[in-house]
Amino acid sequence: MEHHVTLDSQQITLPTSGLWPKLPAVGGVIGVVGLGLAFLLQGEDPQRLAFSYLTGFMFWVTIALGGLFFVILHYLARSGWSVVVRRLAEKVAATLPLFAILFLPIPLLFMHDLFHWSDAAAVAHDPLLQHKAPYLNIAFFNLRAVIYFAVWIGLMIYFNRASQKQDASADFGITARLNKRSAPCMILFGLTLNFAAVDWMMTLDPHWFSTIFGVYTFAGCVIAIFATLILMSLRLQRRGVLEGVVTGEHYHDMGKMLFGFVVFWAYIGFSQFMLIWYANIPEETIWFDHRWHNGWQPVSILLAVGHFAIPFFWLISQPAKRSRFAMTAGALWLLFMHYVDIYWLVMPTPVPSGDHHAMVAQAFQPAATDIACWLGIGGLFVAYLGHLLGQGSLVPKADPRLAESLTFESV
Amino acid sequence: MLAEFPDPETLMHACAKVRDAGFTCWDAHTPFPVHGLDKAMGLKRSMVSAFVLILGLSGAAAGMLLQYWTSALAYPIVISGKPFFSWPAFVPIMFECGVLGGAIGAVLGMLLLGGLPRHHHALFNSEAFSRVSDDAFFISIEAQDPKYDAETTHAFLDGIGAQAIEKVMED
Repeated sequence: MEHHVTLDSQQITLPTSGLWPKLPAVGGVIGVVGLGLAFLLQGEDPQRLAFSYLTGFMFWVTIALGGLFFVILHYLARSGWSVVVRRLAEKVAATLPLFAILFLPIPLLFMHDLFHWSDAAAVAHDPLLQHKAPYLNIAFFNLRAVIYFAVWIGLMIYFNRASQKQDASADFGITARLNKRSAPCMILFGLTLNFAAVDWMMTLDPHWFSTIFGVYTFAGCVIAIFATLILMSLRLQRRGVLEGVVTGEHYHDMGKMLFGFVVFWAYIGFSQFMLIWYANIPEETIWFDHRWHNGWQPVSILLAVGHFAIPFFWLISQPAKRSRFAMTAGALWLLFMHYVDIYWLVMPTPVPSGDHHAMVAQAFQPAATDIACWLGIGGLFVAYLGHLLGQGSLVPKADPRLAESLTFESV
Repeated sequence: MLAEFPDPETLMHACAKVRDAGFTCWDAHTPFPVHGLDKAMGLKRSMVSAFVLILGLSGAAAGMLLQYWTSALAYPIVISGKPFFSWPAFVPIMFECGVLGGAIGAVLGMLLLGGLPRHHHALFNSEAFSRVSDDAFFISIEAQDPKYDAETTHAFLDGIGAQAIEKVMED
């Protein structure tokens, strides 16, 4: 069933009133003020700023990476229903170049505060770190980061350009070609995401390793993008945009994906925990030990309950997935829990402390710089996203499967 | 009373009219799933999901109880220094039992709510009805429906676009 559909331009372009057109300015101000405050507030503790910055960075970059995943998955699965929200995901993914810039402070300023393995003196006394040095050294770490961003931005440009070209040409060949190329692209994405998660978060504790760590981070990415897409569509619809385009059927399906990946996250998180708990080898259990003491125990429990049990029952029913209120609350809550999850991964890292520079895991102690970095990076992300949303159509208006997506029924 | 319709679209409109006419003991029969037919027929949401949830949770609970009983009560053996009731070790089996319970709930719920198994139905006495799994679309209205009346129902079905109408007897 291929037939041409025409949508009103009001339905598919950013509203000209309200907050949407002001996002670049508002987000920009919040971004600059937030990051400025973060540097002012760091006070005596520049190391804390490094961890705050990494937490904020990882929270927002996982949303953008989720967007890239959604776009590749859309073509890989030859999906029809998701055409109406794909452009939103493309725009979220298009913020990746911003993150390439926002990444810079990590190798330039925060390297030694974050990564114990980057300290030559520490490596000299540590046979294990010497053993890992061929991989864990600053030059190779930086090179890998360059490769990750090159791959991500390359993939994003490849898919987004083709999609935008189709707006004008309505060429089915583009969809067919992207369908075919999406498989190797997905492999590239999976590998780079996995290694990036290991590099940027797992090596904070360079003695510890978990082969499922990348998958765990990936689960967070997918939850984050579906929550973001649901919130973006719902907010846009309050202004009449996407009205009659994104319907209850699409929310139902996005809700199913969100629910499914909540369960997937729990499955992966528990798999990681159970194997380590069962084997009970000190070099592995220490990671969970850090997350069970010094104030972290409630956070760990909050994750199990708030990132799994509550959203599981909240999102399980059909009426909830079709209710604007339930989906808004569920998506907002899961984004908050995603932040808690990243915080829980990054913060309880052992850092040299005291007179003897013994490695002690950081206690649970929220700091002003945490919020400032979250706001700062988020502000810049929202500003750039707002700018991108203002350019062109919010729906791939000539996609050959748009008609199918518009009349989609979720069963 | 069995009425045949030429295509899904007429069937859908006819269903909406049967629904609005207030019939209760009736059904629509198609060779393939027709989207939107449940709405046109005025069907409520299926309760199968409730069966799945309840049996799924019961399965998970039963899995946990069984392991608690075997590991902590019946055969308390110390394994790798863990407590007898080591719940994290029980979660995978609890999960599997939950999935099993949910699957059984889905099948049982479908059978119960669909009135199955049932080895015969009067409609199979109709020659035309054998085409329902091939290319024909039907609405059947039972004689036990309070609004049913041989003549007026016949005229009603005729009026909403039926191609052919026949009376199907119980034996």
